[in-house]
Amino acid sequence: MRVGELVTAGILALLSLYLMWKSTELPIGYIAGQGPGGGAWPFWLSGIMLVCCGCIAFNWWRGSSPASQSDEPVLDSYGWRTLLLVGGGIIGFVALVSVISMYGAIAVFLFYYVWFLGRHGLALSLAISLISPIALFFFFEGAMQITMPSGLPFTDPVFNILYDIIY
Amino acid sequence: MEVLSLLADGMLLSLQPLNLAMILIGVTVGLFIGAMPGLGSVNGVAILLPVTFLVPPGSAIIFLAAIYYGAMYGGAVSSVTLGIPGASTAVATTFDGRPLARQGRASLALVTAALASFVGGTVANVLFTLFAPVLASAALSFGPPEVFALMLLAFATFVGLGGDDIPKTIFSICFGLVLGAIGFDQISGAPRLVLFDYNGFLQGIGFLVLAIGVYGIGEMLWTIEQSRGEIESTTPKMTIKGITADTKEAAKRGWRGTMIGSFLGFFVGVLPAAGATPGSLMSYGVTKMLSRNPEEFGKGSPDGVAAPEAANNSASTGSMLPMLTLGIPGSPTTAILLGGMVIWGLVPGPRLFVDEQEFVWGLIGSFYISNAAALLINLAFIPLFIWMLRMPFTILAPMIFVLSIAGGYAATRDMFDIWLMVVFGLGAFFLRKFDYPLAPAVLAIVLGPIAEPTLRQSLLLSSGDPSIFFTRPVAGPITVVALILIFLPALKVLRRRVGRKSKKPA
Repeated sequence: MRVGELVTAGILALLSLYLMWKSTELPIGYIAGQGPGGGAWPFWLSGIMLVCCGCIAFNWWRGSSPASQSDEPVLDSYGWRTLLLVGGGIIGFVALVSVISMYGAIAVFLFYYVWFLGRHGLALSLAISLISPIALFFFFEGAMQITMPSGLPFTDPVFNILYDIIY
Repeated sequence: MEVLSLLADGMLLSLQPLNLAMILIGVTVGLFIGAMPGLGSVNGVAILLPVTFLVPPGSAIIFLAAIYYGAMYGGAVSSVTLGIPGASTAVATTFDGRPLARQGRASLALVTAALASFVGGTVANVLFTLFAPVLASAALSFGPPEVFALMLLAFATFVGLGGDDIPKTIFSICFGLVLGAIGFDQISGAPRLVLFDYNGFLQGIGFLVLAIGVYGIGEMLWTIEQSRGEIESTTPKMTIKGITADTKEAAKRGWRGTMIGSFLGFFVGVLPAAGATPGSLMSYGVTKMLSRNPEEFGKGSPDGVAAPEAANNSASTGSMLPMLTLGIPGSPTTAILLGGMVIWGLVPGPRLFVDEQEFVWGLIGSFYISNAAALLINLAFIPLFIWMLRMPFTILAPMIFVLSIAGGYAATRDMFDIWLMVVFGLGAFFLRKFDYPLAPAVLAIVLGPIAEPTLRQSLLLSSGDPSIFFTRPVAGPITVVALILIFLPALKVLRRRVGRKSKKPA
């Protein structure tokens, strides 16, 4: 945790510097008759963020924050595994949306999570991963009239059947 | 008398079939959300906000407020039966609720929690009805300096009263404000902070993207990593005869905590950044301090269950007061409610009480109906909620992720925002590990687009002289209080050091 605290503060300080630099694309000072320039608000706020990162680093050096006193790892093997499997699953889910549609991605993600991560039975996993996207389809497309991404053209036959039911 | 007449009209409005249905569904969903470990009112409101576009704005806000109410009731269920607070607002409920459950008195704990929540909600509703119109009419005369001073006060309370690491809290506030500034400069119309020159940032970052990212993805990841499936459940035996006997005992042994929690919770809830969690913890502490039997606390005292439960309900209503009357959210959940209202074209603040009187009083009326509905649904369905609590987290968690992603897309209709949501979620997970408070960032992204123009207008009024925030009769004291709150932690550290030095022997 101790190293992680400093690394995090460092990354956030770099982000603050980038935001300060980006803010200077618009005036950051006071313009007579017009008030503060368009970049002033984000520039000075990012400046405060940078100062805060300095304070966090100073507290780390003094060892006054709990994280700076801890020798525990940021994530143990269980934590990394959880992050990779669950976080990776979510990234995969979002990546699949533009390929196999929102509903297809929901079905794949639910099956992955319930069957592979949750270790539930195949019947339950299949039931959840098939019923949920269909229910969500009728809720979003039918009731709320919101069209979700339908993926690549190969998904059209499935959507045609479902749209025939709604319209 | 006028207030009573407006309230009666509001109650009639909230009893219209659609609004009543929204209240009943919202309270039930909220009870479930509150009861589920890892889910709280803020997650529920953030995740479900996009699905409310199906109904008119007034009904949608009533639905979200009902979720907020229900979640405050529901938090006690898992605190008592699982020993895990359903939300941070119910942490103090575990102190005595869990020991009662272990003694085989889970039913008494749950009935005490429900009754205290009801009384807390009722007291808060009455106080809200009395204070809201007065505060709103006073705030009508506010100009840009006063509004900016109020915004400053809202952020300052996070620093002075939040109890988190100060530099991290200030970082979080500023980060939220900068995120809110992405898109176009409101005055000149020029593109601003188009990060990495990616055009997706031109449309700005909606508060919902950050809220769902933080609460729907980041918090869930954190809960999964922290809980590790170690949950021990207690199933209470609930019968009508038992509930009647428990009601009598709860009234007898929990009244003191209920009354302290009801009043203290409301006033703590009104303070931005304080909200229901510190309200419930403070009420627990004060009740213990004033109790004739403080040694019973922590071992299964009904007062110890009643105080935090009355306080968290009361505080949730209290936090709506600054949100509706001044446009300043009193808690992260009300920050999301405020964002929802802005999406629907309702601008919270004093003008709301003039321009949207029907909506405002309909919402206030719905608080009373939601409170009564929550009590009845809670008591009637406790066995069902306990049964649902046994649903494996490995089924609930992916459902929440799916709702977050699909709901987020439904609100923004942009895959870029969904990717941003994932980035915010993963970022929030790591920042949470290092104790960065994230609620201030969500509050800031909502308030940023109001704070910046009021600051610029104020400085234009004074030709760039910042003393305008100190010299006006209303803005001045608010700014001074805000600055005191900002520097309060530094003063405390200084005092401690001076005290330590003076104690050192010469």
